[in-house]
Amino acid sequence: MSADITTTSPETAPQPSPGPAPVDKRVPRGHKRLLTRRDRVTLAFMAGVPTVLHVALVWVTAIASIFLAFTSWDGIGFDSIKWVGLDNFKQLFSDNPQFWPAVEHNIIWFVVLILIPTPMGLFLAVQLDKKIRFSRVYQTAYFLPVVVSLAVTGFVWQLVYNPDTGLINSLIGANKPGHYIDWIGDPHLNLWAVLVAASWRHTGYMMILYLAGLKGVDPSLREASSLDGANEWQTFKNVIFPTLRPTNTVVLVVTIIEALRAFDLVFVFNKGAQGTELLSILITNNIIGESSRIGYGSAIAVVLLVISLAVIIPYLIATFRKERRA
Amino acid sequence: MDLSPSGLSLPSTSRRSVLRGVGGAALLAGAGIPLLSACGSSSSGSDSKTVSVGSNDSDAVPKKAYAAVYDAFKKQSGITVDVNTKDHNTFQEQINSYLQGTPDDVFKWFAGYRMQFFAKKGLASPIDDVWDKIGGNFPDAMKKLSKGEDGKYYFVPMTTYPWAIFYRKSVFQAKGYQVPTTWDELVALCKKMKKDGLVPIAFGDKDAWPAMGTFDQINFRLNGYDFHVELMAGKAAWTDAKVKAVFDHWAELLPYHQDGFMGRTWQDAAQTLVSKKAGMYLLGTFVAQQFTNKADLDDLDFFAFPEINSAHGQDTVEAPTDGFMVSKAPKNKAGMLKLMEYLGTPGAEELYLKGDPSVVAASNKASTASYSPLQKKAFEMISNAKSLTQFMDRDSRPDFTSTVMQPSLQKFLQNPKGVDSLLASIERQKKTIFAS
Repeated sequence: MSADITTTSPETAPQPSPGPAPVDKRVPRGHKRLLTRRDRVTLAFMAGVPTVLHVALVWVTAIASIFLAFTSWDGIGFDSIKWVGLDNFKQLFSDNPQFWPAVEHNIIWFVVLILIPTPMGLFLAVQLDKKIRFSRVYQTAYFLPVVVSLAVTGFVWQLVYNPDTGLINSLIGANKPGHYIDWIGDPHLNLWAVLVAASWRHTGYMMILYLAGLKGVDPSLREASSLDGANEWQTFKNVIFPTLRPTNTVVLVVTIIEALRAFDLVFVFNKGAQGTELLSILITNNIIGESSRIGYGSAIAVVLLVISLAVIIPYLIATFRKERRA
Repeated sequence: MDLSPSGLSLPSTSRRSVLRGVGGAALLAGAGIPLLSACGSSSSGSDSKTVSVGSNDSDAVPKKAYAAVYDAFKKQSGITVDVNTKDHNTFQEQINSYLQGTPDDVFKWFAGYRMQFFAKKGLASPIDDVWDKIGGNFPDAMKKLSKGEDGKYYFVPMTTYPWAIFYRKSVFQAKGYQVPTTWDELVALCKKMKKDGLVPIAFGDKDAWPAMGTFDQINFRLNGYDFHVELMAGKAAWTDAKVKAVFDHWAELLPYHQDGFMGRTWQDAAQTLVSKKAGMYLLGTFVAQQFTNKADLDDLDFFAFPEINSAHGQDTVEAPTDGFMVSKAPKNKAGMLKLMEYLGTPGAEELYLKGDPSVVAASNKASTASYSPLQKKAFEMISNAKSLTQFMDRDSRPDFTSTVMQPSLQKFLQNPKGVDSLLASIERQKKTIFAS
């Protein structure tokens, strides 16, 4: 891979320069160093401290969690770590009644986000891009849900959905015995109820991304297509949308990440009870608390990590390939 | 938000997300690593005039009530109590690493299996010498609750409260209902209430633990205290016909429970009892907190869960008990002993209850003179019990109850018909958890 780069990119072209770089020509070599001692100490700190922190907090812990996935540990004393091989994964795939629903819900989460709020966000962005009056006001209104923390969003929507005193049931009178709609508890309903809240937020997010993308569309393209007699829909479909390709990639990645890290909204809503299980919540439930099942929880975390990598690695490869070509 | 749509920003977005993913998993794993999450206590504790106490009493009422107890202790002994209060939930989540790090001399905890768990792990000190002095202050059921599996004492109980079926005296009077003492009477009463347009049994299981209370009641009424203990300790099988019978009884009662309980908190369910829309409610005495109007509170009464099996009658009471334990290596041993002895006296409990009348004393020597009628009844119920249980998640491994039982009971409530496969699944998961 690095060989490819050196042959194709002009900056690092492999012509072995006969002499030192131009800067060095002016500076006599050997006696004076480019950096003072102080500079070097500063640099060492600037590079060293983040590296140590990064390695300790990201890599060591990540690798520790992969290691722990093959053990059984209650978190009390390191000597109670027992190697159990693949047992955790076996149990997870066969005995845990919540695991497969959780995977399914994470997938549903992604599909819904990509099918509903994403086109909605694009639609809103296109409308706002027409420089209509009060465009800023609308923009702010739609973006507001993104600014609010998801935990708060969950709390607010929980009030809306509360089966006894919530807004919806009070309005439609579905809080009486006999005809009762349990938005939070019914396993056939609650995931969709949460997804409405998630979509409500995601629409604004997508709108901002697309709005930024639309600002980058060359106005002469629009002009040209209108000169050619294309109507608004044709212009959008054949001219504008194709130029949004890079934005679409960002949108796809962002949406996948949103689906995989979905947590806070559901945790506040009903703690991932029947019908709303998510991988992230299973991890938390197993790891946090007294006499925790750290090995088992880590095994779920590893599954989530593998899924994330399976999505992200192809994307990174594609991006790097594109860069190399550019 | 400066995500530009140009290709340039793409790698950075994704790199960040990779780190976020990896870091998230790592942080979660890190939560269990004592090095990272050890929550140090501030106390000095090294001088002989101070004892440090780790407390989860973050609510204003118990915090103040305990402050009064510690003040009285200082006056009597000259030893200052240095309290290190943490939020209730945080305290529970961090208890593992807290006890492994540098814990306070004495810490607040729960009786029963959860106490025994830390005793077995060597994270608590036995206090038999304290019990030599305070033993006479407690009934046998409380003594049983304070012992570890090795037969040594590890716990000094302070307060407790029973679970029972709550109702409004005025409603029962107006409709001519009788307090049911047998299962058949209970079912018949539910039927009558339904006909009268009442919700027979208020219920809310959004927090997933209230359902455990119903299971416990039916289980020890039907199968007795010993089976409850065996089942909770992972010794009896969940596929046992006795457990199946519990769910069968529960299924019989389920149609009389309030609709939509999965999305309702216990507080909201209690409101239906307050507003007299519901006839009964099975909960702990803390339900009284929802009765803010004095007249309503005076109207509140309760009865023990009816008898199902005459071999066991109503001899067991579910009474979660809170109290104190000593950490593995207390710095001020002499002071700690004095404090624990003091906390085990009826006087300390009376003082505490003055500040917090929502619970009752664990000691049967404490004066009941200042009790409300509800407290008096609760106290009698506990004192007369042959056996006391603590609640499913206090009598069993918390990892089992939170990751297996909470979702399983909710599954049963959603679909009372699939009990056999559910019990088989619980048993499989139980075996792996208890084997670890």
